[in-house]
Formats: sequence, structure tokens, C-alpha cells
Amino acid sequence: MPEIMNTVGIWLGAFFTFAIFSFLYKDNPFYKLAEQIFVGLSAGYGLIYIIYAALIPNLFHKLATDFSGNLILLIPFVLGLMMITRMVPKFQWMSRYPLSIVIGTSAAISLLRFLKSDLIAQVAATMINPFETKVPSEIVGKLMIIIGTICGVYFFYFSKKQEGIAKIPSKIGVYFLMVSFGATFGYTVMARISLLIGRLEFLLKDWLHIIK
Amino acid sequence: MSQNTSSVIERRIVYFLLFLAVLLPLLFPIGWGSDVSPVVKMSYDLIDQTPAGGIGLISFDYEASTITEIQPMAVAQIEHAWSKGQKVIATALWPQGPQMAAQSFEEAKRNPLFKDKEYGVDYVNLGYKVGGMVTVQALGSSFKDVYPKDSSGRDWDTLPMLKDLKNLKGLSWICSLSAGEPGLKDWIMIAHDVHKVPVTGGTTAVSAPGFLPYVNKNGQLTGLLGGLKAASEYEALIGKKGPATTKMDAQSVAHILILVLIAAGNIKVWIRKRDKVNNTEVTNA
Repeated sequence: MPEIMNTVGIWLGAFFTFAIFSFLYKDNPFYKLAEQIFVGLSAGYGLIYIIYAALIPNLFHKLATDFSGNLILLIPFVLGLMMITRMVPKFQWMSRYPLSIVIGTSAAISLLRFLKSDLIAQVAATMINPFETKVPSEIVGKLMIIIGTICGVYFFYFSKKQEGIAKIPSKIGVYFLMVSFGATFGYTVMARISLLIGRLEFLLKDWLHIIK
Repeated sequence: MSQNTSSVIERRIVYFLLFLAVLLPLLFPIGWGSDVSPVVKMSYDLIDQTPAGGIGLISFDYEASTITEIQPMAVAQIEHAWSKGQKVIATALWPQGPQMAAQSFEEAKRNPLFKDKEYGVDYVNLGYKVGGMVTVQALGSSFKDVYPKDSSGRDWDTLPMLKDLKNLKGLSWICSLSAGEPGLKDWIMIAHDVHKVPVTGGTTAVSAPGFLPYVNKNGQLTGLLGGLKAASEYEALIGKKGPATTKMDAQSVAHILILVLIAAGNIKVWIRKRDKVNNTEVTNA
């Protein structure tokens, strides 16, 4: 039985791969079918997974086995129920309270962490002495980091019109940004080709058994 | 033929050529190699220099859609850690992570060198937890509180390799294989920046440029594997001709084709512009 299910799964995978690829020729009912099934399945899978992986072990199981020892869990339980009131227009206002708690705590946690890791640590990482090494390529690399960071940030300084000599660092900043966009585009192409390789490998290996 | 129809046909030709450029090298491998980049070597060195018996953590923060790029990294890193006598813990901030971890361990155990690796002694799969950054933060205090059981329901105390592990500080290294949020960034911000545990990572090629600035003098990230190419470089470093290496031929041929198409597209635009200018001059004359 598991072998038959595996074979059916592979054939369904092959069918849906072709259905999605058919969009490259033009929009058609097979593509639409595959798209709708994917969206529905993902939503259903996500919902069931959260119930079994988060709600049951972290909330219902604990309350069912030791209610008095886990009284504090009633707070998130009630907040969760209040969130569901969004579906009833008359009681929709109640959902704002749990939502505000989620937004508030997320913002507070993220603010601290991002400030430390993305601002302070990143700024500190550009405070380097380019001449501490004797290797020419490393000196050039470090100088590029310093100049690129300063000029890149200066490009986004809009409080004063950038003209005359003040325009030069801004122009250099644009070149650094262009190089960065080019690198990002290259990486994106690589990622998209990898996805195609993955699908073709599935068709040739798992479905047709042409390659090992 | 209208310009619109011509552009649709051209687009289909490009798709067909790209399809062939990927298909043919998969059927008839060329065997092109690739150089190892410094950021991949840094990641390799982190695991390589960890003493035997050390515990590494791989967080499987991706799902099936990015398996082609990220799974080869996971398998290569597990094999590398095992070859050095280290133990590996798998966690996940994404729901499908535990399945990805189970597949990776299974794949690594197919290597005859590691067929005797034992669950609970050499590796564990702790499973998925919701919460992203909050979960990582909680691991900084106590692993056991966050994961009282592993992904298959076994109690923490029944898994021998976890006996002395209290929190993140007990780990020798952490690697987040990440396809987005939550993922690598959360591990950098908490595990490295707060608890000072060395963190390395593997991401899809799309995300790689955004993480490269973290490979800095502060050591926020100890090396980075970005996409299939980095996975193939890692395989080269551990002396393995794995799935990433065999797929790199297709990747390279497709990239050459794209470069040719970009050049051809630019030449076409240039010719069109020149003709337009010439036509305008003739009309004005």
C-alpha cells in the first residue's frame, strides 16, 4: 500500500509540475487548477499543523493534565478566543486587544535586537583600519567597505540639495548601489535556475528514472 | 506579425532554450568544477576546528520549495560534523523543518561511513517550535523547557547526548539553514549577539546578498553558504561528489545562456535605437 501511494504521489507531482509549467505557454485551466489546489492545501496543512504542533501540546494538553498548575495559560487562551471574535462583526472590537499585545511585544523585542545587531554591530563592523594588513587586496577591500558605506548612506541624505562638490559622494554611492543590485540580480537568477533544476531532476529521477 | 506577438514568441523561445540548457547537462553531465569562496571556507572551518564530542545545532528553517538549494548543505554539514566525531541537534523554526531534518539524517546515514550513527547518541531531531526569535531567546535560558520532548515524542531525559546540555552556551556551533523569516537572522541576533555562540548559515541564493554584511569583523556570522553553488563548494571541501555538485553543470550552462541572451537583447535594443535615429534623420532630410 505505501508503495502504491508513493507512486500515485510521484505521478501527481509530475502532473502538477507540468500544469504549473504550462503557464509559460499561456494561462490555461490546468494552471488555474494547480494554483487553486496549492493555495487550498497550503492553508489546510498550515492550520492543522499549528493545531497539532502548537495548540495541543502547549495549551490544551497542559490544561487537561494539570489545570491548576497551568492557570497562567488561561491568559493566552482567552486572548486567542478574543482574536477569533474578528469573525463576528458585533464583537470585532474585542480582537483589537490581543492584536495590540502581539504588535506591542513584537515591536519591543525586535526594536532591541535590531538596534543592537543591525545598527550598532553593523556600524561598528565598518570602523576598521584598512592598513592593519599588508595584503593589497585586503586593503582595497576594506577601503571599499568604508567608502561604500559612507557614500551609500550619504546618497539617502535628503535634507540638503546635493549639488556641486556635495554631489560627488552621492554619485559614488549610486555606483556602489548599482553593483549591489547587480549582485542581487545574479543571485536571484541562480536561485530561480536552481528551482528549475529541482523540478527537472524530480521528473528525470523520481518520475522517469532516467538519471540516478 | 505585430510586435506584441513577436515578443510572446521570443519569450517562449527563451523558455525553451533555458529548459534545454538545464535538461541536457542533467542527462549528460560535464563535470565542471568550481572554486571554493572564502565565506564557504569560513563555515567549513568552524565545523572542522570543533573538537570531537562537541555538539552542533542545525536549524532547519526551510520547507520543500527550497529543498534543491538547501538540503545538500544540510547533508554535507551533518556528514562533516559526524566525520569529526561531533554530535548534531536538529531544530526547526518552520513547520516542515522536522521532515527536512529527518530526510537529511537519513541521506547522511546512506554513506557507509555513517551507517552506524545512532539516534539519541549521535543526533537528535527536536522538531518544530512556533515563535521565531522568542523561541531562540528561550533556548538561551533552557533547552529542556522549550523541548521537553523530541519530534517523535521521546522525553528529553531519555536522549543520552542531551544529558549535559542546558542552553545555547553548551553548543559548539549553530547553523541556520534558512529560506526566510524566521531563520538565520534570529539566530544571529540572539545566539551570537547575545550569547556569543558562533553562528554560520545557509540560505537560498536570493537571500544571500542580504546576509553577507553579517560576515564581518565582529563575527556576527562565521561564513555563509548562499545557494546551490555554495553547497557544491562545501561538498568539494569534504571531498564528496554530492547532489549539489552534479547539478552545478546545469546551473553553469543556464548562466552562460542567460549572459548570451542579455547580450543579444542589448544588441537588439541598440540596433532598434540606431534604426530609429536613422529613420528620423531621413524623414527630417
